[in-house]
Amino acid sequence: MPIIQAFWAIIRRDLLLAFRRRAEMANPLFFFVLVVTLFPLAVGAQPNLLRAMAPGVIWVSALLAALLSLDGLFRSDFEDGSLEQMLLSPHALSILVLGKIIAHWLVTGLPLLLVAPLLAVFLGLPEQAMGTLWLTLILATPLLSLIGAIGVALTVGLRRGGMLLSLLVLPLYVPVLIFASGAVDRAASGLPVNAQLNILLAMLLSALVLVPLPTAAALKMSVN
Amino acid sequence: MSWIPAPVSRFFHRTSSPPYFYALADRFIPWLTVIFLVLLGAGLYGGLYLAPTDYQQGDSYRIIYIHVPAAWMSLFIYVLMAVMGGIALIWRMKLAEVMLISSAPIGAGFTFVALVTGSLWGKPMWGTWWVWDARLTSELILLFLYLGVISLYGAIEEKRAAARAVSILALVGVVNIPIIHYSVQWWNTLHQGPTVSKMDKPSIHVSMLVPLLLMAVAFKFYYLIAVLQAAKLELLKRETSSQWVKSLLEKQA
Repeated sequence: MPIIQAFWAIIRRDLLLAFRRRAEMANPLFFFVLVVTLFPLAVGAQPNLLRAMAPGVIWVSALLAALLSLDGLFRSDFEDGSLEQMLLSPHALSILVLGKIIAHWLVTGLPLLLVAPLLAVFLGLPEQAMGTLWLTLILATPLLSLIGAIGVALTVGLRRGGMLLSLLVLPLYVPVLIFASGAVDRAASGLPVNAQLNILLAMLLSALVLVPLPTAAALKMSVN
Repeated sequence: MSWIPAPVSRFFHRTSSPPYFYALADRFIPWLTVIFLVLLGAGLYGGLYLAPTDYQQGDSYRIIYIHVPAAWMSLFIYVLMAVMGGIALIWRMKLAEVMLISSAPIGAGFTFVALVTGSLWGKPMWGTWWVWDARLTSELILLFLYLGVISLYGAIEEKRAAARAVSILALVGVVNIPIIHYSVQWWNTLHQGPTVSKMDKPSIHVSMLVPLLLMAVAFKFYYLIAVLQAAKLELLKRETSSQWVKSLLEKQA
């Protein structure tokens, strides 16, 4: 089987597995909505305050939702031995890993795009920022899955890796958070956002190339 | 490997053997301690006594002689850890793993010192203990990166595997440090004008600069002493069952 076929096969398999457990698929989405709902309850419902906080609130919640869903990326494969099969396969593990990350993003990152505009309306984000919010979500949620994959690969062999995973991954998420919420913030005040979007795109492209390598190395370490 | 002179490569091969390294560290530590104490004494004398009082900041600027070298060390050690991680991953050198692990708590310590002295300095200068200034924030994130390395190593039972995991993490972290640093800097300038940028390029007088450099070199020597001690302990822990540790214990008993 040529490598490109193996790559698609991994994506198809992971999507199929995810659709078999539809209830689990919705969890990150509910979590995202819930966390956003908590903010007005905690800081008060003044529209001005919420509007100013909206980009940050939406982005922090998206980041936490991504973090929460990360654990599922390699966990089941690690437990049922499919990961070892992937290690033994003649194909480069990094390519297969990239397939898994993309499938993971399609299942957990993409749905956030559907509810984010709704939440933005709840928080009173100006309409002119809506397009930018979408764009940042499209560019940056794959980045969250990619960067997170390294952390998951390092901790998948541990029984209680959850807290450790957030300690490893959250500092690396800082640039994504800064540029994504910064772009939405600027768009809300009617300023140009090209620079932020370009940087996010650059980070996404370099992560697509670079991330699979350490992830594969870390998986090899975790399995052995 | 032919481009590396034979004596150099022989030195590295010998040093990478744990018993040889242990003995070498034992021989070096007293000398390093003497150099460290001399540099520290000279730096502190120059910084706290000889250097003139700053016309704006008074005497409170003198915390610079701890703060700045500690901040330099915090970055330097992380980069060094990534280099060790690369060596450990490529050549599977046990000693590089040991040095990497032993460096992490020291680096975290320097980062913590830099943060604490920075906030002690910030109180009289800026009026608050903490501002979300670009440098402070990226230093804080650096502390989290160190803590991540330390707790990942602690969490994995099998220490060879843990060392490989930590090497990968250190390399990933070192790629991210500049990105984090510049993103934080940019984030800060987006929100407000550079309120503290007059700190960025302090045109510093020679009488203040010399003690600062002395302190920086003294801190490097302190790091060497600390990392050698920690590495010795880590080697003993890892190789408890090996022959050289047993004979060492017999000799000391």
